[in-house]
Amino acid sequence: MSKPLQRLAPSRMSSSLATILAVTICTALAGGCGGSRPATSPYHAADISGFMPPLAFHLRGPAGQPISEQFVRGKTTLLYFGYTHCPDVCPATLARLSAALRQLGVSADGVRVLFVSVDPERDPPAVLARYASYFAPQVIGVSGSDEQLLALTKRYRVAYRRAPPDAQGNYDVYHSSAVFVFDPEGRARLLVPDTEPAAQLAEDLSSLSAG
Amino acid sequence: MMLLHWLLPWDFSVTVLAFCLSMVVLFVRGTRARALHHAALSRWRQTSFYLGILLLYVPLQTRYDYLAQHMFWMHRLQHFLLHDFASFLVALAAPWPVLGAGLPASWRSSLRRLWSSPAVRSVYAVVTQPLVAFTLFVGLIYLWLWPSVHFRAMLSLREYKLMNWSVALDGLLFWSLILDPRAQDQGAAMRLGTRIPLALLTMVPETIIGAYLSLHRGTVYTVYEVCGRLWPVDAVTDQQIGGLITWIPASMMCSAAALIVLRRWMYHDERVRNGAAAAVAVTGSSVGAPPPAAPALELPALAGGQT
Repeated sequence: MSKPLQRLAPSRMSSSLATILAVTICTALAGGCGGSRPATSPYHAADISGFMPPLAFHLRGPAGQPISEQFVRGKTTLLYFGYTHCPDVCPATLARLSAALRQLGVSADGVRVLFVSVDPERDPPAVLARYASYFAPQVIGVSGSDEQLLALTKRYRVAYRRAPPDAQGNYDVYHSSAVFVFDPEGRARLLVPDTEPAAQLAEDLSSLSAG
Repeated sequence: MMLLHWLLPWDFSVTVLAFCLSMVVLFVRGTRARALHHAALSRWRQTSFYLGILLLYVPLQTRYDYLAQHMFWMHRLQHFLLHDFASFLVALAAPWPVLGAGLPASWRSSLRRLWSSPAVRSVYAVVTQPLVAFTLFVGLIYLWLWPSVHFRAMLSLREYKLMNWSVALDGLLFWSLILDPRAQDQGAAMRLGTRIPLALLTMVPETIIGAYLSLHRGTVYTVYEVCGRLWPVDAVTDQQIGGLITWIPASMMCSAAALIVLRRWMYHDERVRNGAAAAVAVTGSSVGAPPPAAPALELPALAGGQT
């Protein structure tokens, strides 16, 4: 055997080192998985603090004016994607959010719900404004160009896609079901699944504003 | 036009582009250099390499990545490509000495110095231990499929990138070890006889997790529901298809690897038997002599020893 090969041959030391490392990796994997379960989280919703980007967008506001994240600065913001022709999920979610806001009472003044329509063609500002008014005063219907919507949905890693229209020209839009919650400083804090009842959401929002 | 649509970046990443481009440039240069020295690469080796790099590029960089973020089975297909198929093809081409030959001469000597440094050597000695290689290869599947870890990885862009890179790079490492065309007496890090059970053994945990996902009736991964699917596919169906992809094609790659190694082992044994006397004479004479000078083109140390 020539020298370089001798150097490469696994010695007894390196193989015992390897065993130790393998055991360590296994333990770390098991430990890491167990540890990352949010057992101590004070929230019902998923805590996304620190791993999703702060609120930032360029959209078309309720009066058709261009708006950015400054529009909701200083307010706890609930970001939700949908469209007004949505048959079930969107009205149900917005109703749930409105119920949570009613339970919050006075402190609901510090909350805004951004309902972002991913169907700008059928949802001009006037239609969105009327739709939003069915729910709660804090609900604001906004939309944007395809580029603006794509940038925002990419940022929060959510999908939306328009299905091909039927014979009458009606079409569905597939979109996310979750609500992203940002604190008044615009930091991403919670991801609320559509299975969370209004009462739990109200609790989450009040513990968020409490600290 | 359609082809361009599927090759252009979706979320442009400099790292992915630089990695794939430099691999291709080095391989082209290495292939040319070897052809000049009458050591031309076979066409299948080149095809295997380029196809492998293309199949690493597509899931990491293009519009396909968008699909993989929003459908569980698309995500499993992405990981099958990165972890089991594209990296397998790249490793099958035995590209490391060719890539080394493609490096500019000055880089080659400094890279060789780095490669033979004690720190790099000891890391290499550890990660090429069968138990460690196995744990890394299988552990990464289980780690990223752990529900809470998976949830975060699909939301945090940084963790998402880490997930895909770790899976792709470990795939390259694992298959390079298993499919190393050399035997251990020619400088490979692992015995041919060890590699066969190792490849077959990885099928067991892959089957367990794949079977679990394809037979389980509840939703394990809620993140796709939360972030929206691209088609109205039922969550459990999506999960079942994903489980089948984790299970069957991945296991097939392990069996294919075991067969390839078995064939090489048989040829190697035959060669050893036929040339036993001659081989003994040659290796015997080199004991005690200074290590032979590195050939001008090959980068033997890069591939873990002499070719």
